[in-house]
This record gives sequence, C-alpha cells and structure tokens, in this order.
Amino acid sequence: MSTTCDIAVIGAGIVGSACAAECAAGGLKVLVIDRGPVGGGTTGSSMGHIVVMDDSEPQFALTSYSRTLWAELAGRLPEQADYKVSGTLWIAADDEEMQEVHRKQKFYSERGIKVEVLDAAGIANCEPNLRKNLAGGLRVPDDAVVYPPATANFLLEQAKTKGAKVRTGIKVESISTQGDIVLADASRISAGIIINAAGCWSPDITPGLPVFRRKGHLVITDRYPGFLTYQTIELGYLKSAHSVTTDSIAFNIHPRKNGQMLIGSSRQADAGDTTIDPNLLQRMLRRAAEYVPTINRLSAIRAWTGHRPATSDKLPLIGPSLEDRKIWLATGHEGLGITTSLATGRLLADLILKRPTAIPAAPYFPARLAKGDSHHG
Amino acid sequence: MAEEITLKVNGQPVKVPAGTVVAVAVAKTGKTSFRHSVTGQPRAPLCGMGICFECRVTINGQPHCRSCNTICQEGMEVLTDE
Amino acid sequence: MSKRHLDFDVVVAGAGPAGIVAACIAAEQGRRAVLLDMFPGIGGQIWHGSDEEPATAQARRWLKRLHASGTQVFRSMTAIGVPCPHTLFAESPEGAVEIGWEKLIIATGARELFLPFPGWTLPNVIGAGGLQDMVKSGWPVAGKRMVIAGTGPLLFPVGANLREAGAKVVLMAEQTDWGKLIGFGMKLPVMAPSKLFQAMGFQMKLLGVPYRPGCWPVSAQGRDHVESVTLTTGSKTWTEPCDYLACGFGLVPNLELPNLMGCRVENGAVWVSPNQETSVPDVYCAGEPTGVGGIDRAIVEGKIAGYAVAGRIEQVERMRPAREHARRFTEMMDSAFAIRRELKQLAAPDTIVCRCEDVTYDKLRNYNGWREAKLHTRCGMGPCQGRICGCATRVLFGWQPESVRPPVFPTSVGVLSEMGDGKKN
Repeated sequence: MSTTCDIAVIGAGIVGSACAAECAAGGLKVLVIDRGPVGGGTTGSSMGHIVVMDDSEPQFALTSYSRTLWAELAGRLPEQADYKVSGTLWIAADDEEMQEVHRKQKFYSERGIKVEVLDAAGIANCEPNLRKNLAGGLRVPDDAVVYPPATANFLLEQAKTKGAKVRTGIKVESISTQGDIVLADASRISAGIIINAAGCWSPDITPGLPVFRRKGHLVITDRYPGFLTYQTIELGYLKSAHSVTTDSIAFNIHPRKNGQMLIGSSRQADAGDTTIDPNLLQRMLRRAAEYVPTINRLSAIRAWTGHRPATSDKLPLIGPSLEDRKIWLATGHEGLGITTSLATGRLLADLILKRPTAIPAAPYFPARLAKGDSHHG
Repeated sequence: MAEEITLKVNGQPVKVPAGTVVAVAVAKTGKTSFRHSVTGQPRAPLCGMGICFECRVTINGQPHCRSCNTICQEGMEVLTDE
Repeated sequence: MSKRHLDFDVVVAGAGPAGIVAACIAAEQGRRAVLLDMFPGIGGQIWHGSDEEPATAQARRWLKRLHASGTQVFRSMTAIGVPCPHTLFAESPEGAVEIGWEKLIIATGARELFLPFPGWTLPNVIGAGGLQDMVKSGWPVAGKRMVIAGTGPLLFPVGANLREAGAKVVLMAEQTDWGKLIGFGMKLPVMAPSKLFQAMGFQMKLLGVPYRPGCWPVSAQGRDHVESVTLTTGSKTWTEPCDYLACGFGLVPNLELPNLMGCRVENGAVWVSPNQETSVPDVYCAGEPTGVGGIDRAIVEGKIAGYAVAGRIEQVERMRPAREHARRFTEMMDSAFAIRRELKQLAAPDTIVCRCEDVTYDKLRNYNGWREAKLHTRCGMGPCQGRICGCATRVLFGWQPESVRPPVFPTSVGVLSEMGDGKKN
C-alpha cells in the first residue's frame, strides 16, 4: 500500500507541526507521521518558554524572528495553549553578572528588542519573592510562555484545514534508497520531500546525524497565582546551556498562566534514560531556593525528565540534509525548540517553495557541520 | 479525656475535641464548599483519606492544605474558598 | 531544614491492619521495626480512629500488642521517593526523613473507586469509606438524609455507623443484582462465618433501612451541594431527596509505592510469592495492594510478611491454608461485586472526569491512551496525581497508567529538595 504527498513530516512535535502548518499553507500536500501521540517527545516535557537569546547572531536572529511570529499567531491560539506574554527577568546576583546585564541590554537594544535594566531595588519591586541583595537584572517584557502540546495540536489542526493529513502511532521502519518511507506494516509513503523533525530520534531516521541528547529535569507546583510574574532566569543559565559535556543546573522558573510554577533546569549529556536523577533534582531545587527562598513552601506535584536534541554549535539544523536531496532536516533545537518552532517552519517552507526568507537561512543549513566534528564533545 | 480546643474557620470560632481533623471543624460551621475547582465549581472532601485533594483549605496562611488529614490546633486560622 | 536519617531492620509503610500486624510480628520476633503512615491516626480505613477508640475487639488486641512490641510508630509521615536501594525518603511534620531498611513491607491499603456521573462533584457527594471515617472523627450528620450507593459489604458498616451518628439513612443501593448477592451470601457461612455474623449484626442496626440490590445512582442534583440523587434499577427510575450521597463502588489498591520500586504488578495488584515477597528482593507487600480482600486477608498476609522478614519460615508455612482461604474469599468478592456495565456509561459529555483540572468526559474520549490524554487535556496532572481520574479512566476506557516517579505524593519543594540520592557522603 502506498501514499503520495508533496511533503512527509516525520515527527509531530511542535517543530514538525509548525513545518506542516507552513507547508500546507503554502499549498503543498502534507502528511505528518509520528510513532507516538502529537507532542509526545521533547515537546511534551518542555517548559514552553518563548525567549529571545543572544548567544550568537544567528541564534538571536532565529529567536527574535520566531518571537515575532508567535506574537502574530497569539490571537488565533486556543485557550488550552495558555499563551501569555509574561516577559523574562534575567537575574544578576553580583556585579560581574550585572556587567552581563549591561552587555545584553546593549545587544538587544541595538537590535530593536525592548529591554529594561533593573537595579537591586527595581528587581525586588518586580518580583517580591526573589531573595534580597541581588544586584539587579534585565527585564525583557515581550518574551512569552505557552503550553507546547496543545500548541502543536493547534498547528496540526491549522495544517489540516489546508488539506494536511496526520497519522499518529505510526513508526518509520526505514527510508528506501528511492526515498520512500517504509512503515512497520511494509506500506510506503512516497513524498517529494521528507522532513526529519524527529528531534531526539532524528538520528534514527537519518543515521549519523550530529544530534545528541541532553537530559533535563523539571518540577511543577500547585497553583500559586501571583507568586511570580516573570519567567525568571539566572544569568548563570547561559553558562549551563553552553557547557556541552558536564552536568549542570541553572535556576529557571516559569510561572504558568494558571499560577503553577515550573521549576528548572538541568542539563546532562550521556544520560539516555528517563529516570529522575535525585542528585541533579536536588541541586536544581536547592538552586531555585537560593534565588526564591519562599519556593520551599510551595507544594511540588510532579517531577519529570525530558531530552533536548542538541547540536555541537547550539544552532538547529534547518534545510536540506547533506546525504540526500530529498531529506530535509528540522531538528537539533536543544532548549529553544518551542521558541524557534514557528521560525523553523516558516524558513523551511520558504526554502522548499523557493521564497525569500525573512532572515538568512545559511547559518542553520546542515551543510555547515560537514567539515566540523559530528560528535558532541 | 476530651480536651476541647478552639480554632477559627473563616473568622468564626469553632470548638472541637482535641484530635479532630480540620475538615470536621469546617463541616461544623455548616460550610458545604471547602474550595472551588479550577473552573469555579464548589468542592468538598470526596475521599476522606488524603488522596483526592478536594478538601484543600488555607491554614495559617498556607494554601493547599488537606483538611481531612490535618489535626486542628489551638488558634489555627482556616480559610475556605481561597 | 536538614534531613534526619534513621535505620531499621524492617520498615512497614502503611499502618492499616496489614501493616500493624506485620510490624508487630516482626518486632516480636526481635527485629527493629518501624511503622509509618501518612495519617495522624493509625488503623488505615478499616480500623480508622482506633488510636482513640479501637473499631473492634480485634483492633484493640492488635493495637495493644503493637504498643507492647517495641515498634517505633511514625504518624503523619508520607513516603515521597526511593532515591536508592533500601532507602525510603519521607516527609514528616518535622521535615524530611530518610529511612534505611533491610526489609520493606508495603501495606499501603486501598482507596475507593470513584466512577463519574452527572453531579458527582457536588459537595456532600462523598466516598462511603471516607464519610464513615470523617463521621467517626466528628463530622456532623445527625438528622441528615443519607443515600448510600455503590457495591460490596463495605456499605453495611457505613450504613450502620451513619445511623449510629444520628443520620437518617433513607436507602442503601447495591449495584449487584439479588441473584448474585444470594449466591455470595450462601457461600459466606462456609467461607467466612465471621462475615455472616458481621453482616447480620449490621442488618440489625439498619433495621428499617431499604436495601435495594440491582440499584445504582445515575445522577446527583443540587446547586451548592447535593440535594437529591436519581437512582435506577434498570426498569424503574426515581429521584430521592438527600443531604449526602455516600458512594462506594469498591476499592482499588494503592500501587504507587510498589510501582515506583519496580515491583511486578499483574491485573491491578502486586505480585507476591507465598512469603509475600514482591519481585523486588527484600521488598514485601501485604494486604489490599496484593488484591483487595478485606480484613481477614490483610491480617493473614501481615502475619506472613512479618514472619517472613524475621526468617520464621515455619510460621509462614503454617499460615498457608489461611492465606489460601483469604485469597479464595477475594475471588468470590471480585466476582460477586464486579462493576456492572451501566456504571461505566453514566458520564454525560460535560461530566467532569478529572476533578483537579476539570477535564470533562467529552474531552477525554477521543484519545487512545492515558499518556496522550494527559498531555493534551492535562487530565491527571493535578495534585491527586491521577489517583482518582486514573482509576476512573481505567474502568471507563481501559487505559493503563504510566510509570510512577517521585514525589509519590505532593510534598513541599523544600522537602523534595532534601531527597538527594540517599547515599551517605
């Protein structure tokens, strides 16, 4: 049995869903398949932060472009998506981190991102539950939060209104030399282009793909409306996100729209399992309490782990793969998958449909890693 | 030995024997709703064994306390429907 | 806030009859034993309130024995996680506690099964066992009209206790049909003479209370609390005014701790060897989690587990017949009081199934499994951690639950941050 389509998207996470929505909106016949439910991979474990990052120019370009797309989409998002423009507060614990605040302020302002430097009094005013004697921080008011699985679902529903088909619970067995997707029941999908948006599992689809896993932990509390207003992140987060090999934690709290506090974050390489690492969980929660002492009194309802699909240069792979003209990649987003999902979808559709892209797409091309090391380390 | 203690439920003084759980003290005031659900429906204890979390009230300023397995203390301040 | 660390030979999690008996026996056999329970009072459900006033003579005897045995008893202590082998991490009123064991006996009992029907979320629609417990603790019901609906022998003591507390029990509705009940009742004198005596005793107390088999609730009505309940026998349907609706659709084992530890679970119960040992070495299980079977089974299994952890295998052997007998009684009960098909079809599209997150039936029925439904509707993501809705959806849709992670119960962030990996530095 065989199906034909223009675009076959493997992976119904938020990135695959965004790609499907954009390709379908562009008039292409799209089929999305996933071996699990919609948003069941990294999307289902993620925090849902929509944040403009300044780690590198390409990272800035992708995150800020995507944040704009989120703002444009906001009005159409359903209630379950829980979208809220909560803003981000980057916290500086000391003068050294305050320097980083000023550097970020300059960087963002020069590129048109609204930010505000807060001094010690300012940050205490912003978030009364933060500990005393912080040096200050940077407020980024237009950053947002969203509930990813419901959003992935919405994007797929959008794709369906343009004729896309979605099949969940379908596992890809292999991709034939002719470029057909072969499923477990031996049926085939013949697509003009196959988009590998399988996140942590994308190397299963495209063997040798330089995408590796970084495990994270999260804890969610009961509802405490008003306990925190902003996505609150320590500047040390950047050091944690940078380090590719060692286990690290960094304080990151995300107040959901319903008042639940989502506490993160941790990063571990070489941890393929999904069990809770009690030591890392401890370090993460203790770190959170160092910044928000009163968090210790909140009721923690659940803890879970997830894996982020990471690349060695901290940029995702968006574009035609190296090995096969038919296979395109939309994976490797590490901790920015939610943020950059919309931009990924748009860029990919633009490239496929040969439309001009709003930002240069070359920095995300898979070809850039051809000469570099393809192992994490 | 039925020592009695006094606590406040929604500002109203309630006398109960020592060892009584907070849920009983609330019921004694005639209040039928202990809390409201996330869509605003009135709720009260369901399981009576500390599992359903429908009996949650605010005790001495601390929200989300299960009243069915918390013993009343002298001077406790209990608020429902927070 | 710093974590206490304690070590015992035998840790018994859950102070219902099975746990009390197991701890008692282990301690009497010379083991350093500790018994912990998340409630302020011990006795579980069947012996609820037995600290102050033992529920039965049997409870009184065992509690006296427990206090004489030297077992350390921790009240208001809740198991949160198992950070490393042979280590239980718990929350107590004084803060975090880490308890090392050589042998663990899980005796976490069972909870009531709640099946959603229109109006079931109204205040004063309460679990039958839960209401009984709270009435024993002083919940005022004098002069109140009660309807008790559900299934199983549990309904009798509930009815009797409510009457004793001054309530007007206007109806006891048993969903099992007369024929099955008679069949079950006839086996009682052979299987369990004590049960027959008990049942008759309760019947005396309930004199005048209509007891209707083959009858079940279809909806509850009321604005701020329940004011009436509609019941049916299939052929006849009517509405009964009431102040309380006590529902008891049977019990489901509390399997969270055994699941967390990786114990093998079959058909919704923990698999145990004839010595009550689970598939995890040094971890035993007794009472309802191995299969709901009431007080007799709990006591026999508690004894076996207590002797087994103390190495007294000859005592374990002596109790095989009693164990077999108790297991057969469980099978009889399961068969007699199986949930009828109609009870699985009571929910209307707008009936709440997940009470923590207010997720309705119509939102859930499109999904293929628990995980997918949870992800997309947030069913099961509330503080009950899926205990109420998870059991309901298993009955309604056949969904299987996911694996259990810590915290096994919600706990403060502060306590959870004390868990660590349990290894001493």
